[in-house]
Amino acid sequence: MFVINCPYCGERDQSEFSCGGEAHIVRPKQPTELSDDEWAEYLFMRKNIKGVQFERWNHAHGCRKWFNMVRDTSNDKIHAVYKMGEKPPVI
Amino acid sequence: MTKYRINKTRFVDQTKTVSFTFDGKKYHGFEGDTLASALLSNGIHLVGRSFKYHRPRGIMSCGSEEPNAICQINDNTDLTEPNVRATEIELYEGLKASSQNCWPSLNFDIGGINNLISPFIPAGFYYKTFMWPKSFWKKIYEPLIRLSAGLGKSPTQPDPDIYDHKHEHCDVLVIGGGISGIVSAKIAAKNNLKTILIEDKNILGGSTIYQNNKNFIIDNQKSNEWLMNEISELEKLDNLIIKTRTSLAAFHSYNYLLAKENISDHLPLDKKNGSIRQRLWKIRADKVIVAAGAIERPLIFNNNDRPGIILANSVKKYLDFYGVSTGLNNIIFTNNDSAYETAVSLFEKGISVKIVDIRKKSSSNIVKNAEDLGIKIYWNSTVVNTFGYKKIKSIEIMNLSEDGSNVTGNKHKIQCDCLSISGGWTPMVHMHTQSGGKLDFREIDQVFVPTEKSENHINVGSCNGDFELEEIVKNTNNKVKKFLNINEGSFDKISVVCSKESEKKNIWLLPNTISESKTKSFIDFQNDSTAKDIKLALREGFKSIEHVKRYTTTGMATDQGKLSNMHALGIIADTAGVKMGTLGTTTFRPPFTPLTFGAIVGRSVGKFFDIVRKTSIHEWHVQNNAKFENVGQWKRPWYYPINNENLHEAVQRESKAARDSAGILDASTLGKIDIQGSDASEFLNRVYTNAWSKLGIGKCRYGLMLNEDGMVYDDGVTTRLGENHYLMTTTTGGAANVLSKLEDYLQTEWPELDVYLTSVTDHYSTASICGPNSKKILKKLFPNKDFSDEAFPHMSYQDAIIDKIECRIMRISFTGELSYEINVESKYGKSLWENCIAAGEEYKITPYGTETMHLLRAEKGFIIVGQDTDGTMTPIDLQMDWIVSKKKYDFIGKRSLYRSDTMREDRKQLVGLLTDDPNEILEEGAQIVSELDKKPVEMIGHVTSSYFSPNLNKSIALAVVKGGKKMNGQKLIVPMENKNINVTVSDFIFLDKENKRINA
Repeated sequence: MFVINCPYCGERDQSEFSCGGEAHIVRPKQPTELSDDEWAEYLFMRKNIKGVQFERWNHAHGCRKWFNMVRDTSNDKIHAVYKMGEKPPVI
Repeated sequence: MTKYRINKTRFVDQTKTVSFTFDGKKYHGFEGDTLASALLSNGIHLVGRSFKYHRPRGIMSCGSEEPNAICQINDNTDLTEPNVRATEIELYEGLKASSQNCWPSLNFDIGGINNLISPFIPAGFYYKTFMWPKSFWKKIYEPLIRLSAGLGKSPTQPDPDIYDHKHEHCDVLVIGGGISGIVSAKIAAKNNLKTILIEDKNILGGSTIYQNNKNFIIDNQKSNEWLMNEISELEKLDNLIIKTRTSLAAFHSYNYLLAKENISDHLPLDKKNGSIRQRLWKIRADKVIVAAGAIERPLIFNNNDRPGIILANSVKKYLDFYGVSTGLNNIIFTNNDSAYETAVSLFEKGISVKIVDIRKKSSSNIVKNAEDLGIKIYWNSTVVNTFGYKKIKSIEIMNLSEDGSNVTGNKHKIQCDCLSISGGWTPMVHMHTQSGGKLDFREIDQVFVPTEKSENHINVGSCNGDFELEEIVKNTNNKVKKFLNINEGSFDKISVVCSKESEKKNIWLLPNTISESKTKSFIDFQNDSTAKDIKLALREGFKSIEHVKRYTTTGMATDQGKLSNMHALGIIADTAGVKMGTLGTTTFRPPFTPLTFGAIVGRSVGKFFDIVRKTSIHEWHVQNNAKFENVGQWKRPWYYPINNENLHEAVQRESKAARDSAGILDASTLGKIDIQGSDASEFLNRVYTNAWSKLGIGKCRYGLMLNEDGMVYDDGVTTRLGENHYLMTTTTGGAANVLSKLEDYLQTEWPELDVYLTSVTDHYSTASICGPNSKKILKKLFPNKDFSDEAFPHMSYQDAIIDKIECRIMRISFTGELSYEINVESKYGKSLWENCIAAGEEYKITPYGTETMHLLRAEKGFIIVGQDTDGTMTPIDLQMDWIVSKKKYDFIGKRSLYRSDTMREDRKQLVGLLTDDPNEILEEGAQIVSELDKKPVEMIGHVTSSYFSPNLNKSIALAVVKGGKKMNGQKLIVPMENKNINVTVSDFIFLDKENKRINA
């Protein structure tokens, strides 16, 4: 169980958070213009890499804010935490 | 004193006698004893039978690694505890222990016959034997396997003890209170760091605390005396918490550790009562210093499992710590120097001792000490057999060949009543690897040692592979200083004198004159796996250590192979001709020693197991005999039986009353979300499938919410309270998820929207009154209000006052009847409800529960999300095309409704089903088929809701059927276990399709 530095609350136990999967997947502005394949790419396709991954997290049992996090899934080392809308750091 | 209590020590108080029973017989020990030391002081070695062969087994160690001496505690079968290690349980007055895995008794065990037929039950016996004939499985094999499975007996009653959890934070956590842990804790605490030292025994000091040998000197004192002084110094330090009787269970990432503290296990029965039994500590430490020590290895030779064969250092502990001699005529069998300390201790107490050593010589101080005392040493020798069924009586030894691979010369028999064995030491790297650390193999003494990489934890002392006293103290001092960035350590100028081992030799499986298929050289004592089994597994093609482990069950017993894993690895490496370091190890998983379920669960039992949510009207339901149903965490009235009615009878009566006169439902549990902000209308447009911009203030609208994949997620009525203010209702079970989902979209996809969401589920209580007389009841409750259809039409809301209490009245209907939902602040809920009941009395207003609600809405063909849908239903599948806006450019899930898969016409679609026999009620979940002859029979759908409708006087059901939309009137079959039920597909609106009743 790791410790997450919530950008709004500070360091809290992982048990207060829930993970929302891969980050920086933008919902298409004009879904109707997309082919089935393009829509499926947005809807279903997610990376699950062993290594550095950009993820969405929610401080579900705290401030309830969503934010982004860069985590190495192989050792749970957290490289960065940043607010929604902020540019992802270069890792 | 008994014959075997030959020594007085400071650790056992021989003035305080403690009585206990073992297998029903009464014995005495002293305060400070463990069950194991007390049994040994009474001359009892035989304490259990082995798992597979039922061989007699004795106490083998003095700690958590014990494989044999596991007992059943407490003779009350309701509350008994199995598999407790006698070496760990502290003796208390009234302790009742018994042996396990034997019948009819420990001394005469029928299962012992397995020992005779052992050649026929090798590793993998189960897999190979219980294959055929197939018919034998259920009646013969399975009962047989179940009968022989397991060791102890489980209790049959709920655990009456209290367990506790505690969170703790510290700068430094030191695991292990032996000499290296004490050195570490002192350095840390002296430097203003909040330090916790945990130790699983009842006192600190590890094995040094009873090391009184003159060859081990620290600062001119015997090492045990020096350590005793250090401990008393340690206890004076303010920022150090010392937790004894506390064992580490798990070491997780980010230095999160679990430790179990025994609080009252060691207390006499009359003092246990009411006390917490165990506490689970959840520790988050900035830095962790692991000083877990090492476990002595056994040696693997023929018949190495007899009672009276004990690890050498344990023999020393029984002698020097507990004052108990494990035998009066001892032989020590070793491959290293540490066992000589035991020999010297025994000799100094006047007990006969001889030594068998596989090495050719050793010239260290401790060996010289033994030689000077005149102790007989058989160099370059090995034990090839042992004798004595229930207690060792003698051994046979032979000389080793030059390379140690064989035996030479003649057998030499020696009498004994105890054989102490030592195969060297295994560092306890469990904690290190649990935290994610890796291991290196050290060739010279064949041990895995931690690879130090982490910035936040280190290993010190013998768990790090430092075995000599001098290197333990000095390396620990230097390492801890560096780890904690401290310039001056407390032990910089310490002087340590100790015996140093120079000659090292290790043979994993000692040679014998007879072939190993005829020997019983035990590796895993608890699971009875032998060297022969390991070799068999290798011959049968198993290569990976993980596979060999599972096939032979080596290391899979309750001791998790603390004594056996290294030998299994060694024998595999030798047999396969590879280097041991290349094999890797099996995975060290938490917990380090078994944890009680009680400690894991803590206080979260009984009514604290889960949250129970009750509405403010709950007490009224209880007083009126309601039966409750769990909906999420909510308790909802299910039905209100009168005069011993069953569920069916009550529901028939309630349903009829609701349609004939008036019914009342507690709808407080529906999720309620308050939505405000200038973009609230636009937000609803995006999350619901239908349009919201034009909804007038004071109006209500039903909405359907999809997932982005187009599947129905939730539904409910939303009311526009003001220009920028809505109140959304959700399903009872879906409330929390809907709020999370909406928050997610607001925060991440549409941060530009000015919208604020607040959960108000618990803030309002709701009484829902329906039926043709509902308007009359409302008029009685609110005499000044105009309830005409013009002034207060269906799907609208108005504010009102009742007894000075503000209400919101929504005219909405989930039953198809004329219906009003009255909302008040929750604290007034019960009062509102009682007012409604009083006002409705003349119309025989009938409270109804969830079951009737389900029936009424099914008559009208209203879906319940989660019952008629299962996450694979689109609104089109539900024949709810009417609610899907064609004009809106986008909403959550819209694009998915045009995917080729969601547009398939043969998807499962919502239909009604009528049974040919109107009295036949289908089972919810039953499969539906169209023809039975074609095999395999194709299942084309299933029943989602089914009831007997008292208002229609027939059975009705909702179902999802492939291509069901076009099947109206078609005959289908619902095959059940005993019969096939014929059904006809129908419209799913069974009652009042014209919606007349809503304005009745």
